[in-house]
Amino acid sequence: MATKVPWNRPRTAPIVLVSGSESVTAERAIRSLRRDARALYPDLEYTTLDAVEYSPGSLLSLAGPSLFGEPRYIEVTSVEHCSDEFLEDALRYVVSSADDVTVVLRHGGGNRGKKLLDTIRKLDTAVEIECSAITRDQDKQGFVLAEFDAAGRRIHPQALRKLVDAFSGDLPELASACQQLIADVAEDVTESDVETYFGSRVEATAFTVAAAAIAGRTGEALVTLRHALSTGASPVPIVAAFAMKVRLMAKVAGVRGGGAQLAKLIGAAPWQINQARTEAQGWSQAQILEALTTIAETDAAVKGAERDPIYAVERMVRCIAQRESILHV
Amino acid sequence: MDVWQGLVGQTEIISQLRRLAEANAARYRKPDPSADDASADSPSADDASPVLAQPTAGDETRVMPEADPDSDIRLAHSWLFTGPAGSGRSNLALAFAASLLCPDGGCGSCQSCLMARSGNHPDLRVLRTEKVIIEIDDVRDIVAASYLSPSISRLRIQVIEDADRMSERTSNVLLKAIEEPPSSTIWILCSPSEADMLPTIRSRVRTVRLSTPTVEQVADFIVTADGVDPALAMRSAREAQSHIGMARRLATDADSRARRDASVLVLLGIVSSSHVAKGAQDLVAIAEQDTQAAATLRTERDRSEFFRQLGLPLDAPVPAQYRAQVKAFDESNKRLIKRSLLDGVDRILLDLESVGRDALLVRMGVNDGLINVERAPEITAWAAKRTPAQLVGYLDAIAEALTRTTRNVTPLLAFEAMLAAVIDKEAVS
Repeated sequence: MATKVPWNRPRTAPIVLVSGSESVTAERAIRSLRRDARALYPDLEYTTLDAVEYSPGSLLSLAGPSLFGEPRYIEVTSVEHCSDEFLEDALRYVVSSADDVTVVLRHGGGNRGKKLLDTIRKLDTAVEIECSAITRDQDKQGFVLAEFDAAGRRIHPQALRKLVDAFSGDLPELASACQQLIADVAEDVTESDVETYFGSRVEATAFTVAAAAIAGRTGEALVTLRHALSTGASPVPIVAAFAMKVRLMAKVAGVRGGGAQLAKLIGAAPWQINQARTEAQGWSQAQILEALTTIAETDAAVKGAERDPIYAVERMVRCIAQRESILHV
Repeated sequence: MDVWQGLVGQTEIISQLRRLAEANAARYRKPDPSADDASADSPSADDASPVLAQPTAGDETRVMPEADPDSDIRLAHSWLFTGPAGSGRSNLALAFAASLLCPDGGCGSCQSCLMARSGNHPDLRVLRTEKVIIEIDDVRDIVAASYLSPSISRLRIQVIEDADRMSERTSNVLLKAIEEPPSSTIWILCSPSEADMLPTIRSRVRTVRLSTPTVEQVADFIVTADGVDPALAMRSAREAQSHIGMARRLATDADSRARRDASVLVLLGIVSSSHVAKGAQDLVAIAEQDTQAAATLRTERDRSEFFRQLGLPLDAPVPAQYRAQVKAFDESNKRLIKRSLLDGVDRILLDLESVGRDALLVRMGVNDGLINVERAPEITAWAAKRTPAQLVGYLDAIAEALTRTTRNVTPLLAFEAMLAAVIDKEAVS
């Protein structure tokens, strides 16, 4: 059986499979393997192969026995999209691998080449480095710590938490933020350093924008909208988030009854009902209906009825935050 | 039983088209030796090309340019049949095509007519789509086919149903072909109205405008075609607002009648914002039931037929070399289901518009000519609570919802905004 190791403690072997969809960690693992190999053999013969544009036989000729037995190191990218020829050669090679050759296969997830993966996983000579997607905050903190460890630097716990919060959506961005801090800050990274570099950055989602607008906080809603737009939210899902929230408000407005009972009737979770009830306070039914009309109008606008979708969304945020009808703007 | 049988209404247009087709057939017939003088002026029978005329502007209701049908028959090379959805414009276009292909001008019983009716005539090419748009490659195909000579008939007829579903770029592919087709090719386009076509297309075709058939005509047709009770046929034709296909469905399918009635009741029951949100949800569900069931049934049938053509069993995994085709097929099916959902949403909006219209009539003191006679008491009570201005505002909201759905707005949101207009804002605030 192949040995499984985490991405931050890679180990070399004649065959290394780097699997999983997280490209940042995979890249780190592959880089560290390469660095170790080069440190061991300064005149290492190093080759990269693309599994998609693979020409038949090249893996076998690169990894074939050599006259002086010099070490060779072959990296294969995009195995998840590999060609049939590559699959054939790779299957043939992995069962009879040579000791003086290291083959690193990068497979980014998916079903393509499953037979190859299964074969490798059964081999004793292979190591699998798992780079599955990092979603939990704890794993992200682990990632940041590993980045700093690798550079021989330290980061304070509060600074660590703050940094992960600021880049909760995007691991590559978090990685480059770490690199920036490592390069720019001379000593241990503290909370105030993170504040200096990434302080005003807020990770806003469409729902935070909608919550601020519905609560009537116009300024905050517009600012978070800008943050959301610049961190990758696009107008159509933002409008959909507004529609979802206001729709639920319309459903609970003026309806009596306990949360659980209503939840069954409406088909939403009890906490959603309670949240919608709180949000609907201070709204009249007529205002809620006007907001729905505004959202419908904006949905058309962001889907091509008007020229500037960003402006349309901004107008909707303003209308809803100030409880105005779009017809009066 | 000639090719014109089974069409609803349009008697004036049909009689003119029939004369045109018969005259066209007569021109190709072997000249009768005894009547040599009579045929001296007309082109010889060996001349396969009909005399073509440039379409003339104006006067579109008259199909033929000449007052006397027997003198110098001129057959335009490109036609546009317009008429509202469900008025039978495609069927009329196909009947006209069959009559032009028939050596007797549309006998309905010869081999040519039988082939045309079953959709197998080699010289009749029909482009139809179940999707939201006609794709440019399909039009390129049919344009290429238009330059082929007819194989068994004197003419080649090219029909495009729903020509309004062509985008501008796609329409432009047609321009050259319909302006100057080979002398043996006739184009027939169908669209709801002339305004749906580009001006450059409009100027190249002769337009035939169909009128909306009357409720009585549609009801008569349903009684003969489906053998349903005349009273039910009348009701269905009225409720479908003379949309022939819809009327037949209402007349023959109790479920779709129930769904229509349910959507009307949703509207009449709206009194608060929670009704608006719930009602919109119900309307979307009705639209889904209405169309999804039929569409899914059809796509499943198409899918098994497609697999049969490929020689694959339905349940087995698809071999790699076929995967691309199967994926493309499923993709186009998904678009088809989406399209039919939009049709269902459209249909509901038209039904609700008829309720608004009835309510306005009742409110203004007019009590006959209602569409939803069966719900007249409810509608009267509903209208009494509203001012005429509010009712007009509601009709505007429906028109707005129709535009929004064509703009890709989520049907749920479009329904919500429309139902929001029903609520008396003063009463709830």
